[in-house]
Amino acid sequence: MSLFLFLAFVALLSALGVVLAKNPVHSVLFLILTFFTLSAHYLMLNAQFLAAVNIIVYAGAIMVLFLFVIMFLNLNEDTEPHKPALAKIAATIAGGSLLLIMVAALHKVQPTGYNADTFDSQVGMVDRLGLVLFKQYSLPFELASILLLAAMVGSVMLGKRETGERNF
Amino acid sequence: MSLESLGWQGLVVLVVFGISLLIATYCTYAERVIAAFLQDRVGPDRAGPWGLAQPLADAVKLFTKEEFFPSGANKALFIFGPCLAMITALMSSAVIPFGSFLKFGETVVHLQGIEINVGMLYVFGIVSLGVYGIMIGGWASNNKFSLLGAIRAASQSISYELAMGLSLIAVLMMSGSLSLRDITLQQSVPGEWHFWNIVKQPLGFLIFIVCAFAETNRTPFDLPECETELVGGYHTEYSSMKMGLYLFAEYVNVFVASAVMSVIYFGGFNFPFQYELREWLSASRGFSADAAQNVVAILGVVAVFAKIFSFIFFFMWVRWTLPRFRYDQLMRLGWTILIPLAIFNILLTGGLITAGVIPEIKQWW
Repeated sequence: MSLFLFLAFVALLSALGVVLAKNPVHSVLFLILTFFTLSAHYLMLNAQFLAAVNIIVYAGAIMVLFLFVIMFLNLNEDTEPHKPALAKIAATIAGGSLLLIMVAALHKVQPTGYNADTFDSQVGMVDRLGLVLFKQYSLPFELASILLLAAMVGSVMLGKRETGERNF
Repeated sequence: MSLESLGWQGLVVLVVFGISLLIATYCTYAERVIAAFLQDRVGPDRAGPWGLAQPLADAVKLFTKEEFFPSGANKALFIFGPCLAMITALMSSAVIPFGSFLKFGETVVHLQGIEINVGMLYVFGIVSLGVYGIMIGGWASNNKFSLLGAIRAASQSISYELAMGLSLIAVLMMSGSLSLRDITLQQSVPGEWHFWNIVKQPLGFLIFIVCAFAETNRTPFDLPECETELVGGYHTEYSSMKMGLYLFAEYVNVFVASAVMSVIYFGGFNFPFQYELREWLSASRGFSADAAQNVVAILGVVAVFAKIFSFIFFFMWVRWTLPRFRYDQLMRLGWTILIPLAIFNILLTGGLITAGVIPEIKQWW
């Protein structure tokens, strides 16, 4: 429990850091820290595969691209466009009402207990996950993998040099 | 797990940590000696016998150099960059099995930091994080050349991670397990002829080793620090031990990449006739079962380190033999050659498994 509280505290703190940091690079680094704490939560739920994949895909690939773009654009406080007051007020009201709705919807939720006799601690392990994906959900899984393969082939095609193109 | 074996496992973790650092230290020496050998020079031979104390002298030099902060640098991130590079480099050796197990009566000590069932994904995840140290350091230096080096490192690592992951998928299709210990044990079955994965996955290994060179930023793919174009790349502005940490991190990465290749493709701690040796020791030499197992396990550790050192030598051999790629050549190699080849390798492996050429792996342990 204390480990959970510590992780939740770090997760919330780093998530706040993403929004509040003045420097976009700091924001990205806070976001990476947030992903790490989320992965730690997955680990505590015994979902090792999900934890590892979360690190590889989000922290390892997508955030590298984020950082890449932000470094290229060289964003900082001086170049940041100043938003009009109306937009700020509208954003505050929208965000506040979302918070209100979420608190109203969730404040009475009770965590359901689990039955220790029937509880399966191995459910998040990679072999179990594979069996579920390939037996129960094989069609959606295959469709998603074809989509990803098509995206990858597409990127290779875009990067390929056409005949007659300039060799810089 | 009992408290006693937990203590033993903690000791193994500490030893693995120490060995990683020691090997990285002596890699700096080995690199210079091998470079000298390949270029028909003498190399470092002043400090100690055969220059063996050279890494110590280098460390003293690095520690006593002036710490320099470039103007306009983001100071916190400037310090954080090299630390992160070192942390991510050292984290990945935790899951690598350096030996089978030692047995003292009831106590069984696995010669591996931690055994997790997603070991390969763990290594892959940590490797993909390694680029942050370079990116942050390069950006925080407030220097055009450093920034270019950082950006090159980022796009290079993302491009080659894809091909690396795809080449590993072919191994996973054969092994059916992500645990590095399972993959090692599968490569040697007692009582029958069984080949290491390199025989079953020659194309996959070729793709993997090219990607390993790119991921560790070693020549011919050391574009992030390319000194002929970018002064010193991402570590242009670094001095003193912060510079040293970047250099060490590179060597730790080389060590880990070599270890991963030995484990996945070259049988890890397996060596030929190990089970026969164990039988012979306990049957005709009067060793107890535990002692025979311990002897074989220690020989296994020797075997895995012999494989790792050959790979480290190969890394250095290539560095002093091949010239550096141009950046567009690097990208073209990654995206238009390695990735299609890796996909072809997956199809080939799938076909061979379906045709029954690659035998079904049985879990014999």
